Amino acid sequence: MNITLQVWKQEGPDRAGRFATYQVDDIEPEMSFLEMLDILNERLVSQGDDPISFDHDCREGICGTCGVMIDGQAHGPQLGTATCQLHMRKFRDGDTITVEPWRAAGFPIVRDLVVDRTSFDRIIEAGGYITVDTGAAPDANLIPVPKDVAETAFDAAACIGCGACVAACPNGAANLFTAAKINHLNLLPQGQAERWARTEAMVEVMEEYFGSCTNHGECEKACPKEISIDFIAWMNRDYVKAKVKNRRLMGQKA
Amino acid sequence: MTINLDPRVPAGPLADKWENHKFSMRLVNPANKRKFKIIVVGTGLAGASAAASLGELGYEVEVFTFHDSPRRAHSIAAQGGINAAKNYHNDGDSVYRLFYDTIKGGDYRSREANVHRLAELSLNIIDQATAQGVPFAREYGGLLDNRSFGGAQVSRTFYARGQTGQQLLLGAYQALMRQVDRGSVKLHTRTEMLDLVVKDGRAVGIVTRDLVNGAISRHSGHAVVLATGGYANVFFLSTNAKASNATAIWRAHRRGAAFANPAFTQIHPTCIPASDEFQSKLTLMSESLRNDGRIWVPKRAGDNRPPNDIPMAERDYFLERMYPAFGNLVPRDVASRAAKRMVDAGHGVGPLQNGVYLDFANAIDRLGRNTIAERYDNLFQMYERITDEDPYQVPMRIYPAPHYTMGGLWVDYNLMTTIPGLYALGEANFSDHGANRLGASALMQGLADGYFVLPYTIGDYLAEYLNTDPVPTSHEAFGEVEAGVRERVSGYLNTNGTRTVDWFHRELGKIMLEHCGMARTESGLDKALAEIPALHEEFKADVRVLGESESFNQSLERAGRVDDFFELAQVMCLDAKNREESCGGHFREEYQTPEGEALRRDNEFAYVAAWDWTGDPGSPELIKEPLEFENVKLSTRSYK
Repeated sequence: MNITLQVWKQEGPDRAGRFATYQVDDIEPEMSFLEMLDILNERLVSQGDDPISFDHDCREGICGTCGVMIDGQAHGPQLGTATCQLHMRKFRDGDTITVEPWRAAGFPIVRDLVVDRTSFDRIIEAGGYITVDTGAAPDANLIPVPKDVAETAFDAAACIGCGACVAACPNGAANLFTAAKINHLNLLPQGQAERWARTEAMVEVMEEYFGSCTNHGECEKACPKEISIDFIAWMNRDYVKAKVKNRRLMGQKA
Repeated sequence: MTINLDPRVPAGPLADKWENHKFSMRLVNPANKRKFKIIVVGTGLAGASAAASLGELGYEVEVFTFHDSPRRAHSIAAQGGINAAKNYHNDGDSVYRLFYDTIKGGDYRSREANVHRLAELSLNIIDQATAQGVPFAREYGGLLDNRSFGGAQVSRTFYARGQTGQQLLLGAYQALMRQVDRGSVKLHTRTEMLDLVVKDGRAVGIVTRDLVNGAISRHSGHAVVLATGGYANVFFLSTNAKASNATAIWRAHRRGAAFANPAFTQIHPTCIPASDEFQSKLTLMSESLRNDGRIWVPKRAGDNRPPNDIPMAERDYFLERMYPAFGNLVPRDVASRAAKRMVDAGHGVGPLQNGVYLDFANAIDRLGRNTIAERYDNLFQMYERITDEDPYQVPMRIYPAPHYTMGGLWVDYNLMTTIPGLYALGEANFSDHGANRLGASALMQGLADGYFVLPYTIGDYLAEYLNTDPVPTSHEAFGEVEAGVRERVSGYLNTNGTRTVDWFHRELGKIMLEHCGMARTESGLDKALAEIPALHEEFKADVRVLGESESFNQSLERAGRVDDFFELAQVMCLDAKNREESCGGHFREEYQTPEGEALRRDNEFAYVAAWDWTGDPGSPELIKEPLEFENVKLSTRSYK
């Protein structure tokens, strides 16, 4: 296959960016999209040209490191698939493909296709955990978790933190990411003690960095783990409840 | 100077050793813990669990990862599960049985006391992870479900669909972020450790490079903990993540930490075969698939009919035939070699005839498609994305690939390396898996080390240094190390050669896979030991790294890692050559039984081979730690 790539190049967060055009010939349909970029980079370095920076690691769709906009779609045209698992057979010989970094105010550009997603870590830090010091846990079977509950919590916990939901959202909102973690923990019996404090804290940190959700639903379509937008509704419900409950709990303290 | 390999195994009966040891170790009182600063490198299961636990205890912790977030570490990709001797299923499991299976699975090349402790702690790990909200699979009554893994005849593997590593890592990551929020742990992301600082024989700090702006900086602490994973990427094509590397442990080795059993590498039997020359990595299909999948090849060599057209009578279910008791659930090394033998004999399947079938047709008939989907759907989808074939309709094609490294930095019972104050955890150490790791045991070991071993043992070391400050980073010991790091970094940029870093890495991988992979011979290893230094010289003279060091530069990151792989590859080959026996993942063709099974030579080789750096990667010094078996009788592994 022969492909033309238009790739966003930007040397740093404060530098001006531009599209660069590359011709990539003799690509096999069995190659992954990132292997195609590897080959292009090999050729660029051999010619003495600057290679394209892009984030990637496990190449199995689980670490969440990779992710670019491909023809305007987060992670490209195949649903439920991270960039690293996309293969060239999904494109046609002679295609021109546009490749851009995640575009969101909450993810400043580091270089070329690499962005800074530490804002996600800040959201987790705000309450995306269950407080249990090492050694303090009771026997695991002491707390039965109904199978359906465990399955639904898992559906939320499957989030890989790649940021595609934010990149796909016209508002640059991180509601699907935040809702996935809040629901994972809020659904489980172990997560009840901190449910309301967690929800309020995480949502508020999210709002410091990201735009607001207006129910476009782009996030769900872009998510490589196909996490349901229903979780956002449940998060919103818990957030409203939390506002009331947290106030009452504070009143009790006074 | 020959270093002393004292494993410091506590006295007393096996089952009491850890309990007694915990009591005999010195403690640091809660008010004094904050006076100690600990550096943790790596945020996978071992690093994140250690950093979180140390932070909870009140130590001042600084944790480093080269990823953009601690959650990216490659532990996240572990699929199948985590072992624990809970015996929730009343099928005869016990701590002793898990201990025994692990010693036997490791082909009697691990330390009894360490392995028994691991089996004991397996119980606490499941409790801890469950309390953190790790969504393990459940039965209808709400209790935890288990499945079977290779090398065991009980069901003791806890799992979270095919994403157990992800869920356990997120649990540890979240515990870590809680400490970051509390201020007890300081997190450095996109920061790579490039060298260790040793002063007066003790580890006192590290030198790092900020991968975004290139800044080289010094960090000082009372102790340094390396939890930086394994080195299977020395083969270029492996199931490891692209950035997984050995630089942290290799640099520590060069500063005096002995490297143990480097040749013990695990080739995982169920990976998707390579499809072309440009393949960048190999993808694992979880061992859990062997619970329900049946492995076969056509009986007739070169039979290229589509698999579903080959009648039952013309298929060879070779694992079931050769190992009737364990069948498709033999340990990884045994399954891998059997597949290799089939492919070498011309029975390979697929376009490049480089695989064997893993077939779910019988399981789907017996259990229904829904049950199979519930167990493995994410794996089936992953397979389909990569190969464009639907495993519900046609059998998967699989072939062994480098996956895990049992070898690593030598550590004593306290997980301390031969450099006082330097600890190694998880895959970075050599401690618990002997010559072969059983499935679902890596997660167990990483978390045992981080949550439950290091937090106790490190206090015993630190207690001696109460009321002493960490060595200031202005000390010349830091200056010398930093100068070396700067020289190395600028060296790559100034070489101005003609070949890319990846080209060299790929060539090194080919040599290693051919001569130090699944089957090894003395002549092959000699060949590798001649080729590797020559290629390394070529690398030094001819590598091309563009750009500058003061910016985000991914080729520069890779150059240092590949440079270190060249040196590590040599000690792997030397170790493989020295070990004139076959055991676990180390198979020397000269030493096999008439049936082609591994032939151990316990009289000569029941020892840990620890290699000490001499300044020349081609001639390290070998030091032996004899392995004493007081509880388990050494016998030939049989899975028949």
